[in-house]
Amino acid sequence: MKQSSAAGRLATFRLLAQRFAFLSLVVGSVALMLLGKADIVLIEHTRALVADALAPALDAMARPAATVAQVTENFHELANIRTENARLREENARLMHWQTVARRLESENVVLHENLNVIPDPDPAFVTARVIGDMGSAFGHSMLLGAGSKDGVRKGQAVLSGEALIGHIAEVGQRSSRLLLITDINSRTPILVESTRTKAILTGDNTVRPRLSYVAGSPTISVGDRVVTAASGGAFPPGIPIGAVSSVNDGVVRVEPFVQRHHLEFVSVVDFGLGGILPFERPPPPERRRRGKEE
Amino acid sequence: MKTSIWVRMDTWVRHLIPFSITMFLLLLTAVPTHLPGFAGIAPMLPLMGVYYWAIYRPDLLPAWLAFIIGLLYDIVGGTPLGVNALVMLLVQGTAASQRKFFLGKSFAVAWWAFGLLTAGAIGMAWMLVSFLLGRAIEPGPVIFEYLMTLCFFPILTWMLARTQMAFLKDV
Repeated sequence: MKQSSAAGRLATFRLLAQRFAFLSLVVGSVALMLLGKADIVLIEHTRALVADALAPALDAMARPAATVAQVTENFHELANIRTENARLREENARLMHWQTVARRLESENVVLHENLNVIPDPDPAFVTARVIGDMGSAFGHSMLLGAGSKDGVRKGQAVLSGEALIGHIAEVGQRSSRLLLITDINSRTPILVESTRTKAILTGDNTVRPRLSYVAGSPTISVGDRVVTAASGGAFPPGIPIGAVSSVNDGVVRVEPFVQRHHLEFVSVVDFGLGGILPFERPPPPERRRRGKEE
Repeated sequence: MKTSIWVRMDTWVRHLIPFSITMFLLLLTAVPTHLPGFAGIAPMLPLMGVYYWAIYRPDLLPAWLAFIIGLLYDIVGGTPLGVNALVMLLVQGTAASQRKFFLGKSFAVAWWAFGLLTAGAIGMAWMLVSFLLGRAIEPGPVIFEYLMTLCFFPILTWMLARTQMAFLKDV
């Protein structure tokens, strides 16, 4: 009799302990949210550390996926080879014309640069990194890259695919970093509509096509206009292509990026020697900015 | 009769399977699929792992492990830290407390209950993230993510059930 009541008490105690543990975990996760909201450096370091630890596993899993994607892509290309060929011929004819124009402009530009004593833009240093994690989610558009601070990646640097801007580095660990795409809800990029020289901010909203906000003046932006980075804020050098205007509805201008997310396998993290997008930190002092100068 | 060390080690390794599988699902979600449009609405695979094991083996994937899986999900996915931890924890808690209702029921019931629970979970994640960011997230992709998660549930459950039969039948 005594034994059974002792066992009963033990069971009640265990149940209480379980309830208490569950409740404290709930409180713990709410506390983490508030801590993260307060932008504490500790949270960021922890995130970077854990991402670093997971990086090798993610990298190993990303490689076969990339191979499979390449094989299917090959089949797809084979199926469309005739139409693709016709399209390329047409495009080639058009580009040949542009090449002639560009040659003429280039030589003209060289002469003008010499006459005006223009100081050339420095050649940027860059790192090429593999995309190792692309956690699909409706709550944020970011990717994990397989390069970190030991490879020279730093927070705020621009990330390009080919010539086009796709985002910037938001978190850096030792051997991994997080790329925040321009389509993410937290992403704000100063831009210029190329044809009208209109300044605006490209605001991500977790959809495929980010929108323009804070458009300066009341310009006539039309579908197909190219959108490039602006020098405002000293985040990115001016003139990096981003995308083209895809729709203008009731004053809402949406931009279709040149590079779609699913094409990304390797990206270049570029150090333009600028501060990059760093909301709460000052850019490093000028003498330590460029890697090229140290070496 | 005392069980030998090998038997105990075997049991121990088998008991690790639910957590390892859910971790694997988490990493699988992060693999770049290179499919157009898929990345924004990829299904929440770890949620299914947490739900399944909470019903069939809650002893092997307790609340604190669900919490850890949620935290890792936040870190890999880039959502504010704590959001998915809370969501996974509550899904585990709810499913585990109602497990007697599920045992012996048909698959359709489990699917229907998963639909309800996931709607609550994703709705909560949506509210929490919107609140933490200070502005409402576009609901379109969130709804698609929910539907994708529902569509993947039968395949995943079949695989998890096969795993359970193969490794955890009598331990």
